[in-house]
Amino acid sequence: MDLTILIVKGIIILVIFGITLLIATYSTYAERKVAAFLQDRIGPNRAGPWGLLQPIADAGKMFFKEDFIPSQASKWLFILGPCLAMLTALMSSSVIPFADSIRFAWNKVNYEIPVQAIEINIGVLYIFGVVSLGVYGIMVGGWASNNKFSLLGAIRAASQNISYEIALGLSMIAILMMTGSLSVRAIVAEQASFFEWNVFTQPLGFIIFLTCAFAECNRTPFDLPECETELVGGYHTEYSSMKLGFYLFAEYINMFVSSAFISALYFGGFHYPFMNEIGSALEKSLGAIAGHNLATAIQFVVFFGKIFFFIFFFMWVRWTLPRFRYDQLMNLGWKTFIPLSILNVVVTGAGLLYNFKYATWLIAIVMIVLAVMSTARAPKQAVIPQRS
Amino acid sequence: MQLTNRSKQVSNKEMTLAEKMYLPAVVGGLAITIRHFFRKKPTIQYPEVKKYLGPVYRGHHILKRDEQGRERCTACGLCAVACPAEAISMVAAERKKGEENLYREEKYAAVYEINMLRCIFCGLCEEACPKQAVYLRHDRMVPVFQERDEVVYGKEQLVEKMDDRYIRVANSEVKATPTEPSLTRAAT
Repeated sequence: MDLTILIVKGIIILVIFGITLLIATYSTYAERKVAAFLQDRIGPNRAGPWGLLQPIADAGKMFFKEDFIPSQASKWLFILGPCLAMLTALMSSSVIPFADSIRFAWNKVNYEIPVQAIEINIGVLYIFGVVSLGVYGIMVGGWASNNKFSLLGAIRAASQNISYEIALGLSMIAILMMTGSLSVRAIVAEQASFFEWNVFTQPLGFIIFLTCAFAECNRTPFDLPECETELVGGYHTEYSSMKLGFYLFAEYINMFVSSAFISALYFGGFHYPFMNEIGSALEKSLGAIAGHNLATAIQFVVFFGKIFFFIFFFMWVRWTLPRFRYDQLMNLGWKTFIPLSILNVVVTGAGLLYNFKYATWLIAIVMIVLAVMSTARAPKQAVIPQRS
Repeated sequence: MQLTNRSKQVSNKEMTLAEKMYLPAVVGGLAITIRHFFRKKPTIQYPEVKKYLGPVYRGHHILKRDEQGRERCTACGLCAVACPAEAISMVAAERKKGEENLYREEKYAAVYEINMLRCIFCGLCEEACPKQAVYLRHDRMVPVFQERDEVVYGKEQLVEKMDDRYIRVANSEVKATPTEPSLTRAAT
């Protein structure tokens, strides 16, 4: 490979890495701020203007707390746990296509390099592989703590992830069928025009994917690995200082990556209405290279707008819905989402056969009709005689 | 038997399909929280913004002087008797000749101390005082102390300065309870 390409790739990877860390850091601040706003409070506002230095203060606190390892814990596994969680979370951000490509000329050679850390054909497969490894971080941490509550939390995390990963994968299959490729960039490219965004062609798949993404990130309402009432804390009961910080940080990176994937797979990625028209207009007025790069920058901003919306959505849901009970979660995963996603695949396949993209709307319409009918036929509330 | 009128009839009827689907309820909940997101926050940023707490607020103690600058307190000890926290203590003394411009009556408090760690700001001393000498200011709070020996307030902290006379008025124009003497004068 050309050295120039290598250098530019390196810069892109560094930038993406930095952005991921920065967003994860400031998600902690945003989380507290959003929580406060949803509860009619002000939130952190003491450290720096509007409390913007709060994450730095939090990190400082984390670093200076006592780094405690229980004497009966298996020491190396105990240290490995948070590292695994962090590693898998960071690895998964590498296949997200943040924008189209940047163009430049160097030594009379024209280069066009996609804004993506690694461009591989099996992006979706890679992301599922890496994300499902994330549970090992929790498992190892919970096991190594040598604490029954931590172990219970870890086991709950594992069983939750198993029950959701199948539905997550199956809801994705429909998109893969429509695109015919496992590359994330190809899936994004498929959604060039607004009404072909997968959220419009796959409404049911989107809802299933979104819910499963919540469960994958271990966020409320599916944050069963941690639970103060039943588990004292959760898989990280024994963790302190920056090791706990790594676990929490990994959760926020996961949230960022999930938001990026939801927007890439269902909301057209870096596409926005009239993108091609604006792009060609820019290229005409500013020249092929500068115009193209500016258009790429706009795509980058648009993509991050979508990501930020979904990060906000994650927080919005967290401070709205209560935590699911454990058996409810299992029922939802195994008995509802897996059959529904299989149905989704079947209907999408039939739609592809008859060349009708919006076939899955039929499922949605049928479900809405059934729901309305069931409400109409609902038995009157039984009148229980008042005891006198 | 009905104990309250707030009891609710419980029923365990089957949920309809729409209710079982969760989604309508979830969307409803999200709509409620997003409305709160954009609502004006009722928080008062306390150290920066202070609220006027009204003329009934009981703050810093003060030993009043009269118009001619004479201390009103006669060290009768009724405030100390009334004090439920036993925060007040005093030593009485007799007025000497030539001190008529300092003390209003023949007996006065040579030492008057309030232990601010004990004081519960109940205002009973104020009510007990027959000479209207002790008041709890409505416009100034007791400042924060860091040292234990700052805690017992003697006469030098309590007796009012003649250039900073305390007047209790209900002033609706005052928006905050000021802690600075200058602000008090501007308000009254």
